[in-house]
Amino acid sequence: MAEMHRHEIDEVTCREFVELVTDYWEGALSEDRIELVEEHLVMCDWCKTYLEQMEATVKALPEASEREPVPEETERILLSAFRAWKARR
Amino acid sequence: MSSAALPISLLPPAAAPIESRPGAEETRPLSPQELDESQLLTAIRGGDEAAFTELVGRYHGSLRRFARIFGASEAVAEEIVQETWLTALQKLDSFEGRSTLKAWLFGILRNHARRRSERERRTVPFSALATDGEAEGPVVDSLRFQGGGDNWPDHWSAPPRPWEDPERRLASLEAREQLSQAIARLPERQRAVVVMRDVEGLDSEKVCELLEISEGNQRVLLHRGRSGVRAALEGYMDG
Repeated sequence: MAEMHRHEIDEVTCREFVELVTDYWEGALSEDRIELVEEHLVMCDWCKTYLEQMEATVKALPEASEREPVPEETERILLSAFRAWKARR
Repeated sequence: MSSAALPISLLPPAAAPIESRPGAEETRPLSPQELDESQLLTAIRGGDEAAFTELVGRYHGSLRRFARIFGASEAVAEEIVQETWLTALQKLDSFEGRSTLKAWLFGILRNHARRRSERERRTVPFSALATDGEAEGPVVDSLRFQGGGDNWPDHWSAPPRPWEDPERRLASLEAREQLSQAIARLPERQRAVVVMRDVEGLDSEKVCELLEISEGNQRVLLHRGRSGVRAALEGYMDG
């Protein structure tokens, strides 16, 4: 979620922190905001744990990219196209 | 698109037939399964049929999952993937490697999906996908934070518990099943962005271009999707 639109805040709460993780990683926060997020992380082990869990989640997600078998029909069509392509070169 | 439209296969990836005879490594030519993307491409341009088959096999799942994002049925998804490969073959010599091959293939697929949706009004543009429950409410249950009358308003009341050895545990087959189910349960647009960014590994610029959404919108969808997957894994990891 983008900036929380709260003015004159001088801290990030845990409730806000969990909304800011991706913006923080993607460089979408202002410098002031980054500073507050990092200050919060120094003080709050719970949010540090939360951040670690988000990291572990993002790191695990490529596991869901599985190969799928190519149907015979598709393989036949593509191989014959490949042979035609090769013959034209 | 129902959540069942994105079945993520749980079969292990086809194992490369690697022989482990000591001393044979230096002389044995690499099998197509062992080649990286640019080596495969070179082999294919040289007319190597096995390399082409390997490339098709390697990206078939990714391309089908991407086609399904646009609401394509299984049969239509397969046709779009075929069209994508046929176009890719025609354009192969002009591919300059400015993006990854996967991103390039996704771009071709996107164009085929778009043309098809204009022609048949069967596939659904990304912007028309359901936005139900997509960007409302907090990403972590409100009840897990202290209320206004508590000692530390807006700080955790039910904090997350550290996961032990997450890398090893999340690599298990059981965890992968949990992961796939968590992705399948996400709202459509969140699922699309999470799949493209975190599962397929495309960069944000490419994802915005392919899905025709703004950077900000993409970040919101990505964050909500990731948060949803984390929450689902939390139950498994704490259990």
